[in-house]
Amino acid sequence: MNCRLFGATLAGAFLIIAPAAHAIEFNQFQANRSALSFVSKQMNVPVEGQFKSFRSKIAFDPAKPAAAKAELEIDLASIDAGSKDANDEVAGKAWFNTKEFPVAKFVATSVKPLGSNRFELAGKMTIKGRTQDLTTPVTLRQEGNSATFEGSLVLKRADYALGEGMWADFGTVANEVQVKFRLVATSAAAATAAKK
Amino acid sequence: MSSLPTAAPASNTGFTGVAIGLHWLIAIAIIGTFALGLYMHELPLSPQKLRLYSWHKWAGVTIFLFVMLRLVWRLSHRPPEMPAGMPAWQRKAAEATHVLLYLLMLAVPLSGWLMSSAKGFQTVWFGVLPLPDLLDKNKELGDLLQEVHEVLNFTMAALVIAHLGAALKHHFIDRDDVLARMLPFLARTTGDIK
Repeated sequence: MNCRLFGATLAGAFLIIAPAAHAIEFNQFQANRSALSFVSKQMNVPVEGQFKSFRSKIAFDPAKPAAAKAELEIDLASIDAGSKDANDEVAGKAWFNTKEFPVAKFVATSVKPLGSNRFELAGKMTIKGRTQDLTTPVTLRQEGNSATFEGSLVLKRADYALGEGMWADFGTVANEVQVKFRLVATSAAAATAAKK
Repeated sequence: MSSLPTAAPASNTGFTGVAIGLHWLIAIAIIGTFALGLYMHELPLSPQKLRLYSWHKWAGVTIFLFVMLRLVWRLSHRPPEMPAGMPAWQRKAAEATHVLLYLLMLAVPLSGWLMSSAKGFQTVWFGVLPLPDLLDKNKELGDLLQEVHEVLNFTMAALVIAHLGAALKHHFIDRDDVLARMLPFLARTTGDIK
């Protein structure tokens, strides 16, 4: 009848079928269902961009969120910053310097449940050799054996020396960059359980 | 049905001050924005280039609004008659040029706005007022609209040169008051104004 009802029934069924023996753990990252995008502001004009290639290691058990593990690696050369000119520019030394620092990495250090499928994720973000503490809200959507983690946060480009020299001034390109992520992971255990 | 506004001068020989003001304001703005467009698109990417693009786009939106105003004024205020001795083909050519210039003064900024949208860069007037994106981001369409914007611009430039050439020809060869009506300080004191 409707998806949510069906999902709830399915989730209910899992609770009955999968008892204490083996908790569900979402740990199979689904790259093609995930997305990593950002919005920068140039002369107060929002410009959308995205990273096309990134990998994540996720281990998330809804019953034990505090024990969750998450890592994200982003291939910075896979950026689409809105135009070819921009892509060439941000690969250069003033921005990501992708030759020397091809990958950005996030490693989660803690997950705090905030109730109703919302969590606070804290971790360390490393871009261009600079590591900063980072905290972001995450919303979990569980459908069958897949979990979708979504959230958005504001990064300050200057924290990672993104846009040096003539770009350092925030008058043309703002310091704040809105980052949106959607990471999907499935549960291998649930998949095998469903087959039986 | 009353035919003419009672305020209109009996002998329709001059442009209104508003028409003259709008003509020159828009002319200067178009020449400046055109030159800026030619200059900026060759630049390598830099904050300065982003600024110039924004200014160019703001200028385009502003010109569009002034042209709308001018159109309203033009349609509600009859321009002076062309000189009596002008051959029919010249009248037709002048009329066609004026109509085309009006169309291009609107089409050029419109094409720039659409091109910006298709290229994924919204136009935010003076960094404050976002114009809606009528087109979704689409690289091929963006490139096509860039060519449209260029062709319209160079067509307009050619027409402006023709317009300017005709005005000079009227002034120096025909020695009539066509140019002086738009540039009142040129009005001949000795010549045949009527």
